[in-house]
Amino acid sequence: MNTYVPSEALGPPHSAVGTGPVLEVEGLSLSFRNEGGLLPIVTDISFSIGRGEAVALVGESGCGKSITASAVMGLAPDNAVITGEIRLNGQRISGLSPRERRKLCGRHMGFIFQEPMTALHPTLTIGRQMTDTLSHNLGLGQRAATGRAVELLVKVGIPRPMDILKGYVHELSGGMRQRVMIALAISCGPSLIIADEPTTALDVTIQAQVLDLLEDMRRELDLAMLFITHDLEVVGDFCDRAVVMYAGDVVERATGRAVIETPHHPYTRGLIDAIPAHGGARHRLTPIPGTVPPVGAWPEGCRFAPRCQRADEQCRIHPRLDAVGVSVVRCWHPVEEVPA
Amino acid sequence: MMSGASPVLEVLGLSKFFKAVKAVRNVSFSVARGKTFGIVGESGSGKSTTARLVLRLIEPTSGDISFRGRDLSAMRPEELRRERRHMQMIFQDPFGSLNGRMTVRETLTEPQMVHGIGTPASRVETASGLLAEVGLPTAALDRFPHEFSGGQRQRIAIARALATNPELIVADEPVSALDVSVQAQVLNLLRDLQERHGTTMLFISHDLRVVQFMCDEIAVMYLGEIVEQGPRERIYGAPAHPYTQALLASVPGRGSGKRTRLVGEIPSAHAAPSGCAFRTRCPQAHERCAVEAPVMRQLGDGQQAACHLLDKAVSA
Repeated sequence: MNTYVPSEALGPPHSAVGTGPVLEVEGLSLSFRNEGGLLPIVTDISFSIGRGEAVALVGESGCGKSITASAVMGLAPDNAVITGEIRLNGQRISGLSPRERRKLCGRHMGFIFQEPMTALHPTLTIGRQMTDTLSHNLGLGQRAATGRAVELLVKVGIPRPMDILKGYVHELSGGMRQRVMIALAISCGPSLIIADEPTTALDVTIQAQVLDLLEDMRRELDLAMLFITHDLEVVGDFCDRAVVMYAGDVVERATGRAVIETPHHPYTRGLIDAIPAHGGARHRLTPIPGTVPPVGAWPEGCRFAPRCQRADEQCRIHPRLDAVGVSVVRCWHPVEEVPA
Repeated sequence: MMSGASPVLEVLGLSKFFKAVKAVRNVSFSVARGKTFGIVGESGSGKSTTARLVLRLIEPTSGDISFRGRDLSAMRPEELRRERRHMQMIFQDPFGSLNGRMTVRETLTEPQMVHGIGTPASRVETASGLLAEVGLPTAALDRFPHEFSGGQRQRIAIARALATNPELIVADEPVSALDVSVQAQVLNLLRDLQERHGTTMLFISHDLRVVQFMCDEIAVMYLGEIVEQGPRERIYGAPAHPYTQALLASVPGRGSGKRTRLVGEIPSAHAAPSGCAFRTRCPQAHERCAVEAPVMRQLGDGQQAACHLLDKAVSA
């Protein structure tokens, strides 16, 4: 067999980590530059993630959750104009050149995408992709890298790892592909994992397996995790805290349980009331009327107001984030009652 | 069997083999008038193939389909074509299932024309009535599918399905592509329309929450077979098959803490396990499960399941 380097030999997982938060996003705004000027996509986003903590960015299509994540990852499109600050382990990473950024974040950030078929290379073996990453970021030799790759595949619950290393991504099932993505994401001992809808494309029993695996890895490796999802029930089960987004705004910040059990923003509450059979079968669902406004067509004031039954004159003024109970809510008329 | 009116749809021993692949095996169920029958399962369970077999969009290898008391499986093409006005389908993808070059007016009048319903004037009248029913303005008639959002397109697809006033609607993952708030609008709409028209529905979905909301009777499929079937209250309240139990335990937001997880993945239909198809993932599998395929056992209240573990439970 190959000799391999046990993970301990790679040094402590967060060599660059102090005691503060792993990720801090402060006043992040992102606009696209086009002929007409600047088109705002997300505005004034702030949140932080500590070690071992999972924070969800949650909302429907078009709310800005994925573009926020891409700004954190340094993958925002070229015409994006970003203001505000993003710090990783206390060091500012926003505004750096791609090269400086790679140097600073390369091994400290791991990514998991919704569709591993497009995120993994189709014509390179899985072994090659893993060993390339390991040698590039950690300077491991071929043998040591292969040993580490095997160790990682075992860790994420992949049977017959040697066979998998020789294979290609298209030969794997959706669940196995996602396990390979997780192995790659944790391969260089990152302090932060960004998972963008990691289980949305999976069947429910496989989704449960992958979510369990992510939680195990988070606890075992003390990882900070940014979890992008549209599913509030997944948030309630797996995330310590949640940031709910609507039309480019943070509308509510709360703990994972509180966001499900005591939602205060009418939009969050609306999302929960729209979940079929949440809290038992009901005769009718309570949908949110209308649809999410497209970027460039946000209303003045509260962006949710045109769809909100609680809206009045005051909502013509854009509300600030304010404390309601243990949560923080951007609303003039937050919901106090608890859902049935 | 079901009490009261005769079933609109009765399926007996339906199978579909693609060469060595047994996509659907020995599926039987019946759907009472005005009820919604749900088929739930993961990718590869055979649920969508079953839906297409029922409509004879693909030809079954064996088995009988009785629709409105007539033998659908024996119908000749012309007879089948005429029968189709009584059965319509709603698909998952509202982008792919509408013809992008047809206006909404054409989309809604065409099915009526094909089946010789009404006059040109009355068809348009029906079309605008349908639009109102699904919550779209009459002005939508002269627009094209790309001018609408996903939820609105699915409303148009529903209106099209209703255009021939069918007795049966087969809906295959009709809300899976929609965001949760829009999904709720469409689910409410489907239920309202069903109540108003008394339409019978066969509802296919992988989402157990949606199925619980929509369906009166539910069949759970695994690797081409129905493993458990019964009224909603029984399936969700007292699931008998280990697969149903595991599926329910996997739904987020239910019983956090003590989570039981299935190991492994659904095997390929090329190489279905011997005996019980579920045994390779079943936490309670024993020797018998590898050699003998379990048969459906009646559990009372219309619930039935195929699992050897139920032998003791039933005889005790």
